[in-house]
Amino acid sequence: MGMWLFIFTELFLFGGLFLVYAIFRAKYTEDFHEAALELNTFIGTVNTVVLLVSSMTVAMSITAIQKGEKGRAIRLLLATIFLALIFMVNKYFEWGHKFEYHIYPGSPVLVNMPKGELLFFGLYFMMTGLHALHVLVGMVLLAVTIRQISKNKVRSDHYSLHENSGLYWHLVDFIWIFLFPLLYLVT
Amino acid sequence: MSESEKQVQESYLEYKGKYRGILGWLLSTDHKRIALLYLYAIIIFFFTAAVLGLLMTIEKANPGQDIMSAQTYNGLFTIHGVIMIFIIVIPGLAAVFGNFALPIMIGAKDVAFPRLNLFSWYLFITGAILGLLSQFMGDGPPDTGWTFYVPYSAESSTNVIFALTAAFILGFSSILTGLNFIVTIHRMRAPGMTWFKMPLFPWALYATAWIQLLATPIVGITLLMVIAERVMQIGFFDPALGGDPVLFQHLFWIYSHPAVYIMILPAMGVVTEIFPTFSQKPVFGYGAIAISSLAIAFVGYFVWGHHMFTAGISYWSRWFFSFLTFIVAVPSAIKVFNWISTMYGGSIDLKPPLLYAISFIFLFMIGGFTGLTLGSLAPNIQLHDTSFVVAHFHYIIFGGMGFAFLAAIHYWFPKIYGRMYNNRWANISWGFLFGGFNLLYFPQFIIGIQGMPRRYFDYLPQFQYGHMLSLIGAVILIAGLVMMTVNLIHARRKGAIAPANPWKGVTLEWQIPSPPPVENFEEIPTITRKPYFFGKND
Amino acid sequence: MEKHHISTYFSHGTVLVALLVLTAITVLVAELHLGAISVGVALLVASVKGTIVLTYFMHLKYESLFYKIMVAGVLVVYTLVIIFTFFDYMFR
Repeated sequence: MGMWLFIFTELFLFGGLFLVYAIFRAKYTEDFHEAALELNTFIGTVNTVVLLVSSMTVAMSITAIQKGEKGRAIRLLLATIFLALIFMVNKYFEWGHKFEYHIYPGSPVLVNMPKGELLFFGLYFMMTGLHALHVLVGMVLLAVTIRQISKNKVRSDHYSLHENSGLYWHLVDFIWIFLFPLLYLVT
Repeated sequence: MSESEKQVQESYLEYKGKYRGILGWLLSTDHKRIALLYLYAIIIFFFTAAVLGLLMTIEKANPGQDIMSAQTYNGLFTIHGVIMIFIIVIPGLAAVFGNFALPIMIGAKDVAFPRLNLFSWYLFITGAILGLLSQFMGDGPPDTGWTFYVPYSAESSTNVIFALTAAFILGFSSILTGLNFIVTIHRMRAPGMTWFKMPLFPWALYATAWIQLLATPIVGITLLMVIAERVMQIGFFDPALGGDPVLFQHLFWIYSHPAVYIMILPAMGVVTEIFPTFSQKPVFGYGAIAISSLAIAFVGYFVWGHHMFTAGISYWSRWFFSFLTFIVAVPSAIKVFNWISTMYGGSIDLKPPLLYAISFIFLFMIGGFTGLTLGSLAPNIQLHDTSFVVAHFHYIIFGGMGFAFLAAIHYWFPKIYGRMYNNRWANISWGFLFGGFNLLYFPQFIIGIQGMPRRYFDYLPQFQYGHMLSLIGAVILIAGLVMMTVNLIHARRKGAIAPANPWKGVTLEWQIPSPPPVENFEEIPTITRKPYFFGKND
Repeated sequence: MEKHHISTYFSHGTVLVALLVLTAITVLVAELHLGAISVGVALLVASVKGTIVLTYFMHLKYESLFYKIMVAGVLVVYTLVIIFTFFDYMFR
């Protein structure tokens, strides 16, 4: 129950950013559309698929531990972490590409853009940045779970840590499910 | 055999566990010790902020500059607000008395996550210290007011980021405590204690915990946005960058209004325990009080716009928020009715806890009614940002939550420390507190209506009489606080030994020794009766 | 530890397929450039995907009624906050 409650707080944390997004999207609809064109929909889609698959692998890892299939559980968790890593690498390239074009918070290029586009990128960096931070935390939680499984502290009759880490990971996916269309598909 | 005997006789105060001395307290996961850790920190910070408040009243006693510059004054009211709001009033009742009494009152040995509980305290201390440090580091103490409104908070050269970070960390502490309490109340009630057999203080804490959980993250992200604006020029609130400063106000108050319900709900819960005990009569309208706590939590989520009537929000918005503000007053009124009905026909024992509880009703109602005045659109135009607002919120926060906190101290003191305090000195202190309080704040209503602005360092001569009266009230109030504290400290050391049930209460905490043993209960009780059963004596 | 329903590997796989299909739909619809309707469709699809993740991956379907009420309640409160904030912005 504790993790569900914590998830509610995360929903409201990101919720504040979504609220800001909603307000400014309504105000600067055209600018948001223009700015969104700068984003690479392909990478965004790939990242979406990556996270969705990772949600499946972590859910499967819980099935595995419930059935006492220790090795499989660990392999599935490793797969989840690996997928998360791909997500982060993609993000790295995406952001790097933006920086190359001098699109980053506080840059002179950004300041000269129309207001709505400026706000869009502010939201883009803040929302994906905060999200990426949570991906990292999720990866750590999953890694800790792997360690505990290997030490038999997480087992088929005692797997709260695993379940909670899984829930957290699904939250990360859940947030991205909304981030993706609102940032990349705003046309 | 002798081990468990020893455990039973040894209270949580004396218990020697894995760690010795002060570490036994700083590393304790016992909810009772953590409660006291919070209490002592809060006492220190409270007196600090109270002295700052006193300095402010001294400065304002005469127009013009007296003992400080205008800049200093701005810094003072900012830190006074930050400490009082984020360190004292929001955490206060839940962290101290919630921590101490909640597990016992529901028949549990501790909260659901004891180590998380201790972690919450460390977060609290970290945030509090950071807040203090903001006074001494960087380019001077923040002067934005505790509300950190943009654009000034984004531009001010003072050390705003420290204060914002401190508030963020304190918020996190609040969230985790709320989380802990929700799980505790759901999962750890004694066998037989259904939801509607649970006493009303836990009910109040439950409603409060949901607000802590759901409202606090919004201010968390808002503070991060202000930091982003200061550091990275991400301008959600800056018109030059396309943003809207009113958006900050929305986001800020979406948390900060529910925050005042975090402050007042546990306070209402405390007095709801005191009235039946000192009337020796069950609470009138148990169900109404339980449900009204949830109603206040829920409706209170949607009234935030009443802080922004003059900020330029739309007509429909103003209409809507004013309307809901009036609605949210209804459950509070229901509670007041029920408290008075509880006392009616009861066997009244006017001990200090009851004295504080009754004065709570009086002060809370003044605060509440003036809140309705402010919540009406037309008067608000005249009264917004005047001393009237300052008086209103001091009545409802200090007069409400503050007096309830003092009531709680006097109610549970014998249980916490196993000693009785001197009633006469408690009553005298109350007199000073109550008299001083009203003398300090009531004139502020009047000069506020007459046009005295808030957060102003200087003012027109016609307002001086009010500020003078306030100063006299402040001195009397502080004297009362000191007297009360000395009385309690003396009682801690030399007071008469308290029995398990000095007030003839019927909730579970009065059925165990004073002070309680470490695990509260030798055996977890099975609950069969209604929560406020004053039948043939226990 | 509560008695727990164990989802099958197969059900997890099925859920993923559903999610991928929905993703494809939302990307394709975005290409159609339907203007204002796009946002509605995108949000709708995202909500369906989110609900699927909550219900199956996060096991909400098999949890007690209380959890379902909690989640629903949280989403209701959040939605109302957005709506009430828009009362200001829409009518300025």
